Amino acid sequence: MSVNYNVLGLIFASMHDTSVSEITEHRTMGSIPFGGRYRLIDFPLSNFVNSGISSVGVITKANYGSLLDHLGSGRDWDLARKNGGLCLLPPYSQNGGMYKGRLDALANIWSYVEHSKAQYVVLANCDVVTTIDLNPALIQHKKSEADITLIYGRGYYDDEKNKNTAILQLDEENIVNDVLLNPRMKGEFNQWLEMLIISKDLLKQIVFESVSKSTFSFTREVLQNKECGYKIMGYEHKEMFMRIDSKESYFAANKRLLDSDARKALFKPKMPVYTKVGDNAPVKYGLESSIKNSLIADGCIIEGTVENSILFRGVKVGKGTVIKDSVIMQGAVIGNNCKLSEIITDKNVEIRSDKILNGSETYPVYIKKNGRI
Amino acid sequence: MYTKKKVVAMLLAGGQGSRLYALTKNVAKPAVPYGGKYRLIDFPLSNCTNSGIDTVGVLTQYQPLVLNEYIGNGQPWDLDKMNGGVHVLPPYESQAGASWYEGTANAIYQNMNFIRRYDPEYVVVLGGDHIYKMDYSKMVDFHIANEADCTISVIDVPLAEASRFGIMICDENNKVTDFVEKPKEPKSTLASMGIYVFSWKKLEKYLIENENDANAKREKGEAWSKDFGKDIITSMLRDNQRLFAYEFEGYWKDVGTLDSLWEANMDLLSPSLPLDLHDKSWRIYSRSSYVPPQYIGNNAKIENSMIAEGSVVDGSIDFSVLFAGVTVEEGAVVNYSIIMPGAVIKSGAVVEYAIIGSDSVIEGGAHIGRSPELVENKDDWGIAVVGHNVTVSGDKSVEPKQIIGENI
Repeated sequence: MSVNYNVLGLIFASMHDTSVSEITEHRTMGSIPFGGRYRLIDFPLSNFVNSGISSVGVITKANYGSLLDHLGSGRDWDLARKNGGLCLLPPYSQNGGMYKGRLDALANIWSYVEHSKAQYVVLANCDVVTTIDLNPALIQHKKSEADITLIYGRGYYDDEKNKNTAILQLDEENIVNDVLLNPRMKGEFNQWLEMLIISKDLLKQIVFESVSKSTFSFTREVLQNKECGYKIMGYEHKEMFMRIDSKESYFAANKRLLDSDARKALFKPKMPVYTKVGDNAPVKYGLESSIKNSLIADGCIIEGTVENSILFRGVKVGKGTVIKDSVIMQGAVIGNNCKLSEIITDKNVEIRSDKILNGSETYPVYIKKNGRI
Repeated sequence: MYTKKKVVAMLLAGGQGSRLYALTKNVAKPAVPYGGKYRLIDFPLSNCTNSGIDTVGVLTQYQPLVLNEYIGNGQPWDLDKMNGGVHVLPPYESQAGASWYEGTANAIYQNMNFIRRYDPEYVVVLGGDHIYKMDYSKMVDFHIANEADCTISVIDVPLAEASRFGIMICDENNKVTDFVEKPKEPKSTLASMGIYVFSWKKLEKYLIENENDANAKREKGEAWSKDFGKDIITSMLRDNQRLFAYEFEGYWKDVGTLDSLWEANMDLLSPSLPLDLHDKSWRIYSRSSYVPPQYIGNNAKIENSMIAEGSVVDGSIDFSVLFAGVTVEEGAVVNYSIIMPGAVIKSGAVVEYAIIGSDSVIEGGAHIGRSPELVENKDDWGIAVVGHNVTVSGDKSVEPKQIIGENI
């Protein structure tokens, strides 16, 4: 893929942090560990890079230490560049304190956008996990002369379970007639994937008008406000996507990677998902290990039984221990003869020998970072 | 403007590795895969970076494409430096003409200008085909403490094996009094590991002398050579220079043959192995591939093995090392084997006591290798080897000691 200097990518690293408040207690949405070796921000970043977009700004809010640590200079995404590359945009609000919504955040970092030579801007969040080539959407955006193109996917929505979901109502020509935020409905709908394409000039106009009116929400003030008269088009992304909007959906999304079709949709050989290099040794399986249907990252040492689970980098599983249906984040040390099922352990948890912990599929037990049991 | 460096390392990576045959047809020996995600050269490069040596010249000659691409700018080893860093040094043409490297000493001789730029006190000379973890800075300290001109790292080998190595004979202060290459009747069991620390000014002098002497001999039609062990060390001993042996304790493995490469990988599965790749205080770095974590399927049976990221395993694996992106289908059996990156072992295939090269395909029904217990005459047993990018069809078998380089 050659470089597309005409498009700037912007990622909101903290959007919808509060929907997974336990896991984001010490980190942003973007730095939530996912899928054995990734952080959620790896997906939008890799989508940009694989689409030739090599100027990417990351808009942070609070608790962004882990995000800084993860991203570094952007080298692991090939974004340590003289032209463009990765730029971290720390929080700042002209109104004092923290910014209030997407529009406020954009106003505060506008000088970064202004300095970009790009004509188009693609906005993305970290709470929707998918792999997408953005080029066909960019081509459609230009051809259709849309003001705004919303990227959407068809999927099941349940208002009792899902949060942060905008449902799009489209006509036959894919023009967006209405945007419903968390409507009281259940079923298959066109869901906005929190990615949109807009020209820099129009975005500038919208951002500065909203600042003068003290309005902050892009969804409410722009997408839902028919008085604006913008031509808003939909672009359907026909591949799998997963929305992380609760601890339960985070748990389910990780476990969905045990399905080979889901892995094929997310990990395409021509569109690799980049992440920080860990320099871990390959996984070592002991003499009495038994593994079934699990995703296991480098650096693990496994002497027990692991089934239907996701193990992140450097997890140690002792002899006689049985782990089922669980998500074990980086660096966990699990002793001998433990029985664990339906649990999520955050980073660097230690579970001493002979412990029994059982959660349930709809309510996994969560053990916080550095927890000792 | 180059900043002065106390130590510069020179890594001899030109080796063809002809005894590794099928695995080095298109790659230099230091680029041969090892241990699930490494290549041999990762060990000296990581040792350098962990020892605080940040300036490394890598001398390449044979099939350098893969090796050059792998080393790149040296970033995976933290050797992408503004001052120093890793530099690949191939043979080149000068006004005096072009010449290949004519031996290990000549390779360094031809790159003396690279070393002079950094004005070092000491030069560490390394090979690219051994597996070991070693703090070279301690060896340099030992060299300084002894006011040595050259320090050679040695390892104590069993007497029965001593005649395979260059053997050092030392006095009670570790001062080397004699050096014999592959002696029939060894007088000591201290084998040279091919790791040298030289005081640069001394090395420079001896490199120039050896070059001139050898060229003079060549003109007269006499036998000549330009090697470290044979020429430089021997000349320094002759001149009563201070040569010391630095005794290394720990895991050190020469992987010069297919059998020893297989053994070195199997060593990693031993619980008592003194080479811990999971040790975070002395990491072995490598260039990573961007692949997802490994997936182990519902039908998999995995015991006592090492498996790298990106692999998909649904078969039966015992005592084996699988590299990145390997596929082992349901019903395939892999025992006591090494499966290199991207290889596919199809359902119904059996691979035992074998090395399967990168991106090769073993079709269902094929049988590679055999357990030594099933071979009557022990001399007939050895590792079966399938080279890189080779397909073995389902009706074929590869016998012990057999080496396959083309599709069968």
